[in-house]
Amino acid sequence: MSEPILLSARALDFYYGPVRALSNICLDVPARCITALIGPSGCGKSTFLRCLNRMNDLIPGARAEGSLTFHGREIYARGVDVTALRRRIGMVFQKPNLFPMSIYDNVAYGPRLHGVRSRAALDETVERSLRSAAIWEEVKNRLRRPALGLSGGQQQRLCIARALAVEPEVLLLDEATSALDPLSTARIETLLGELKTRYTLVLVTHNMQQAARVSDRTAFFLNGELVETGSTDRIFSMPRDRRTEAYLTGHFG
Amino acid sequence: MRNRRVENLLIKALLWLSAMGVSLLLLAVAGYVCFRGAGNITLALLTEEERFLEGTAGLLPAILNTLFVIAASLAVVLPLGVGAAVYLTEYAKNRWLVGAVEFAAQVLSGIPSILYAMLGALVFCRRLGLQKTLLAGALTLAVMTLPTVLRTTQESLKAAPRSYREAALGLGAGLWPMIRTVVLPASADGVVTGCILAAGRVVGETAVLLYTAGLSMAMQNFSGIQGLLHASGTTLSTALYVYAKERADFASAFAAATVLLAITAVINLAAAAVGRRVRRV
Repeated sequence: MSEPILLSARALDFYYGPVRALSNICLDVPARCITALIGPSGCGKSTFLRCLNRMNDLIPGARAEGSLTFHGREIYARGVDVTALRRRIGMVFQKPNLFPMSIYDNVAYGPRLHGVRSRAALDETVERSLRSAAIWEEVKNRLRRPALGLSGGQQQRLCIARALAVEPEVLLLDEATSALDPLSTARIETLLGELKTRYTLVLVTHNMQQAARVSDRTAFFLNGELVETGSTDRIFSMPRDRRTEAYLTGHFG
Repeated sequence: MRNRRVENLLIKALLWLSAMGVSLLLLAVAGYVCFRGAGNITLALLTEEERFLEGTAGLLPAILNTLFVIAASLAVVLPLGVGAAVYLTEYAKNRWLVGAVEFAAQVLSGIPSILYAMLGALVFCRRLGLQKTLLAGALTLAVMTLPTVLRTTQESLKAAPRSYREAALGLGAGLWPMIRTVVLPASADGVVTGCILAAGRVVGETAVLLYTAGLSMAMQNFSGIQGLLHASGTTLSTALYVYAKERADFASAFAAATVLLAITAVINLAAAAVGRRVRRV
């Protein structure tokens, strides 16, 4: 593995009030790779993903113990600027969650939030982000139309464009294709392959074929623990843990 | 099978009857007021004050006073109510405090207005030395409508989709930028609804103004701070009271009622239009 480690968890525990959702997670996420988090529902993979940009902060009583670092700096340290963190670690959610604004305003939302006012700069960012998300050709003539008029697959690519517009280093995808049809899913998978040359991607998926198709590394979660992690090829061909093998061959989950 | 069809028909008929009953009742009230009032509305009535020597009635002062009271009480209650609702819903960490305020608002929105009238007369007119003025009346009405505005705003803030919040925070928005750009626009409906309800109660309120705002039918001077502070007199609802109860002039009373109805209709239409515009943004 030649790429440097960008995100790193060491003995990470995570609690929702008294409930322990993650225990003793040790996981490295290398830069410019796709890391897939797989496992049955409730295994903690989404919780782990939401630790990475502290989206779990919204839930009362949620807290983390142990170490979780981004560029070697503790994500949960006191005094961390959470908004700056989320700007560098963007997120795409399970269901497309565009704002009830125009296509243009959705993509420009992030840059405007962070102080970009110049019309030319916004135009340029919007076009670049839409091109990166492989949706420019479909929407370039209707940028002023409501974003909610797009199809589900287009909306999700627009969500990716909106996330890219703030120029993050990492993009987290929380089951981002589970609400989409197979064709839209295929387009997004292709897109992810293109994005990994410039961004670090971490995705949660219920779809093991998807993990096998798109990811470079796979981490298998079960009951709040990280059972096994390694290169996707190795995990899917020679799982070391019996539980990983049982899950991958469909014995549970 | 047969029974179910009969039952369906019966239920439908009963529901239709109650809908018709309600519509007829409402139309009858509005129609009767207009029928009795419309004939008495003249240009002079709407554009002049009353003249004792000629014995003519005039509603212009009452109309202007009404508009002043609406504007003044909304100017106080909106920032207070919406601000408090945003704090309680989005910022407050102390669940006990939030629960206590919500409970108090619920209780206060149900008590009779005569209690607010007494409170207004004691606090604003006497303790704060405002005397019987439209300002004292407007402030009392602001206190009275505060629970309504607070609660409708809170409900609509809570109903703002979680997905919008997550999307905004995920892009690195802080709490206030998220509220300003996403949550408040999504809940503009509720704020506008709160406004209509508040304005409706202000327009219709009589007891509070009888106690706090005075009963002069003469033209007030609203120019300058002094004018705004000291203007005092009847609004349309208290003018209606004066005409009907003190002068037995029912023609003028119904005319005032018709104007009141028209103003209420305009407020509702305007609020609906504003609501539509805000939602589209």
